Amino acid sequence: MIITIISAILILLGVVFFFGAALGIVRFPDFYSRTHAAGKGDTLSSFLVILGFAVYQLKDFHSFSHDWPILLVILKLLAVSLFIFMTSPVSTHALMDAGWEDKVKPEIGEGKPNHLNDDSEKF
Amino acid sequence: MQNRDTKPSPARPAHQIFVFGLLFVTWTILSGFFDPFHLTLGVISCGLVTIISADLLFEYRDTPILFRFRQAGRLIAYLFWLLWQVVLANYHILKLAMGSKDRVQPQFVRCKTSLKSDFEKYLLANSITLTPGTVTTKIMGDTFYIHAIDDVSAAGLEGEMERRIAHIFSTARKSSTSGES
Repeated sequence: MIITIISAILILLGVVFFFGAALGIVRFPDFYSRTHAAGKGDTLSSFLVILGFAVYQLKDFHSFSHDWPILLVILKLLAVSLFIFMTSPVSTHALMDAGWEDKVKPEIGEGKPNHLNDDSEKF
Repeated sequence: MQNRDTKPSPARPAHQIFVFGLLFVTWTILSGFFDPFHLTLGVISCGLVTIISADLLFEYRDTPILFRFRQAGRLIAYLFWLLWQVVLANYHILKLAMGSKDRVQPQFVRCKTSLKSDFEKYLLANSITLTPGTVTTKIMGDTFYIHAIDDVSAAGLEGEMERRIAHIFSTARKSSTSGES
């Protein structure tokens, strides 16, 4: 029972962060800021959801000698989130870079620096 | 980076054994079968992969393998610290997405790094991108161009993350250069 509640809380927390990411995609002003929300609102939230699944697996865990396959399932779930953590930033970076190379105009806050534009002649 | 031109020394047996062990542990976790038939299949395929690509994993092979374990331990400690930073930063971006639009002030900032090897730069760029609010957009040599979504995120870029990454690898770089000379 406790395990079910813990996993439900984790999954719900993940969904809340997913909601924040979706909200960011709608509300942020330009392509670059939206990529922020789209690209990595999902790292923590998918980790939380997967952690919730992993905790839920423990529900049927009674004795090690009989239930050890469950540990393999948990390890696989954690491997999935590890791969998300490794690949998600790379794809976000690739998307940003492609946007810049494609001359998508960034919206810079008032009085804020745009060093990339300043230095772009040097490349 | 520094020994790009020189040909790396061939993989040692210790490295090959380590790579094989790593592959085989992954195989057993993913397959979940422990009967002799599947284990033999695993040994054959992991052995083949080890023969073909054992020297891909390590760049500086003169570093003692025991030291690698210490590095791996520090790397894992760093990942836990990073996870906590990700939690804090995600909370920040959640507030930003729900709050008033005036607080979103996108900007491109420049950030010089003293890290040298490709893996360190990869780790730094990935860590910057993982912590919400900042995305590494371009890397030119040792200059990072980072898109930050507001002032707080941009201010968080300075110092600490880079220092921690340097701490993971610093002694390794020293010992690898002394091993080569």
